[in-house]
Amino acid sequence: MATTVIPFGPQHPVLPEPVHLTLKVEDEIVKEAIPALGYVHRGLEKLADIRDYHQMIQVCERVCGICSMIHAVCYSQGIEELMEVEVPKRAEMLRVIWSELHRSHSHLLWLGLFADAFGFESLFMQFWKVRERIMDINEATTGSRVIVSVNVIGGVRADLSPDQIRWILSEIDIVEKEVRALQDTIMNDYTVKARTVGVGVLSKEDAYLLGAAGPTLRGSGVAQDMRMLGYGGYAELDFEPVVETSGDCWARSTVRFRETLQSIDLVRQAIAKLPEGELAAKVKGNPPEGEVYTRVEQPRGECVYYIKGNGTKHLDRLRIRTPTFANIPPLLAMLPGCELADVPVIVLSIDPCISCTER
Amino acid sequence: MLFTPTVIKNLLKKPATRLYPFTVREPFPNYRGELYIDIDACIFCGTCARKCPSQCIEVDKEQGLWTCNPHACVYCGICRDTCPTKCLHMKDVHRKPMTERIMMVEKGEPPKKKKPAAKPEAKAEGTEAAEPKSGSAAAPETAKAEAPAEKVEAKKPDAKKPEAKKK
Ligand code: SF4
Ligand code: SF4
Repeated sequence: MATTVIPFGPQHPVLPEPVHLTLKVEDEIVKEAIPALGYVHRGLEKLADIRDYHQMIQVCERVCGICSMIHAVCYSQGIEELMEVEVPKRAEMLRVIWSELHRSHSHLLWLGLFADAFGFESLFMQFWKVRERIMDINEATTGSRVIVSVNVIGGVRADLSPDQIRWILSEIDIVEKEVRALQDTIMNDYTVKARTVGVGVLSKEDAYLLGAAGPTLRGSGVAQDMRMLGYGGYAELDFEPVVETSGDCWARSTVRFRETLQSIDLVRQAIAKLPEGELAAKVKGNPPEGEVYTRVEQPRGECVYYIKGNGTKHLDRLRIRTPTFANIPPLLAMLPGCELADVPVIVLSIDPCISCTER
Repeated sequence: MLFTPTVIKNLLKKPATRLYPFTVREPFPNYRGELYIDIDACIFCGTCARKCPSQCIEVDKEQGLWTCNPHACVYCGICRDTCPTKCLHMKDVHRKPMTERIMMVEKGEPPKKKKPAAKPEAKAEGTEAAEPKSGSAAAPETAKAEAPAEKVEAKKPDAKKPEAKKK
C-alpha cells in the first residue's frame, strides 16, 4: 500500500489551536505522525529583559488564555520562594478559589470543543452555556472574564465580600446541577461512546514513560496530580486525584468531566475555610541571585516554571514548560493505528494548548 | 420518538440566550473597561508609566502631558491601583471597536514652575516616608522636610524664594 502524506493543521476546522502534524497515512490508517511546533512562537522569555519582575506577572498570565490565573500563581510562587516572602493565608485560599474556577471553566470549554470535534454540536453549546456562569463569577469578582489579573507578588489584589461569596456559592450550585444533567450524555451516550471508547489508547506504562501530564496521564491510570504536593492552600483541602484506567479518549474526557465537579467542590471547601486576614505581604527589593523551580497543576497538567534571579529587577531566566508540551510525545504514541477521521478527536483529547506550548 | 419530550420542552421554553443586541446585560460594577484620566487631579508623578506592564503610558512632567496608547493597554488596572491621587478610572464597559489608531493625549496643568513645585513634592515624599516608621515623631519629619530644601538650595542659585514662601 502506498503511503500518502497529509498535512494536518496548523489551521484546521476542528482545531482551535495551531498545531501542525504531518500524517503518513496508508489506506485511511495513520502510520506515523510528525509534529512541527513554532507556528505561534512569541518569545516571552525575552520580555523578562525589559519588564521588571512585577510586570512579568501580566506577561505570564498571557502565556495561556484559559488558565491565566494558574500561570500567574505559578510565577508568583516561584518569585515568592526566591525572595522568601510569606503569603498570607487568605491570599492563598483566594488563589485556590480563582484557580479552581479557572480549572472548571477550562474543562467545560474543552468538553464543549471535544463534543464539537465528534460533531455533537448541541452538547457543545450546552457545555458552553454552563461555562458562562463561571465566566460571570470571574468578571464580577475580579473585573475581567478571562485574564483576571488578581495576582501580585506576595498575595492577591482583589477580595471577596460576604455578599459575593454567597452569590458564588449559589451560582456554583446551579453550575453543578447543570453539569450533572449533561453527565449521562458525555459518558454513556451511544454515539459519543462509538467515537471515543477504544480510540487513541495510551497504556499506563507508555503514559508514564513518555512523560504525559494531567488528565492525559490520569486517564491512563496513573494517580499523579501536582495539587497532591499541597502547594498554596491545597494542603488544607480534602483532595484526591481523579483517575480512570482505560487510557482512551473516553477516559480522558471522563477525567475532565469529574474534575469539573471536583473543582466546584474545592471552591466550596476553600470558601468554607477562607480565613480572615491580609491580602498581600509587603515585598521589598529585587529577587536575589539564585534559582527556583516551581510546579503547579493546570487544567492540562503539570506546569513547570524555572526562574533565575540575578539581584536586579529583571530576571535572568524564565523558563516555562507547559503541560501540552509534555503531552505531545504521548499524542504521537496514540495516533499510529487510528483512522484518519479519528485524528481530530485524539488530538483534542490531550487538550492541546499550542499557544501555551510555544510561549 | 425518544426525543419527543425534549423537543416539546425546548419549543416551549424561553430561549437560553439574550436577544443581543436588543437586550444587553448590565455590566458588572468593577469591570476593568476603558481607561480614562481625570487630568486635573494628576500630579504627573509618572508612577503609572513606571508600573504599567505594557509600558503604554508616557508622562511628560515639563509640559503636563499624559499620553496613553489604548491599543497597547491590556486593561490590567495596575495604573489605576497605584496612582497616588486616584485620578485614573476605568469605565465598566469596554472600548468600542475603532477604525483608526488613536492616542489618548491629555494636557493638564504641569506642576507649577519648577522651583516651587520641586519643594512641596520633595517634602511630601519625606513626610510619607517618615510616617510609617516613626508615627508622630515630629523631629525627623521636620528634619527630612528641610533636607530637600537644602538640596534645592545647592542646585539652584536663587533658592531664597522657596525658603521665603516656606516661612
Ligand atoms: S500615577 Fe496618577 S498622578 Fe501620577 S502621573 Fe499617573 S495619572 Fe498622574
Ligand atoms: S490598565 Fe494596565 S496596561 Fe492599561 S495603561 Fe493601565 S497599567 Fe497599562
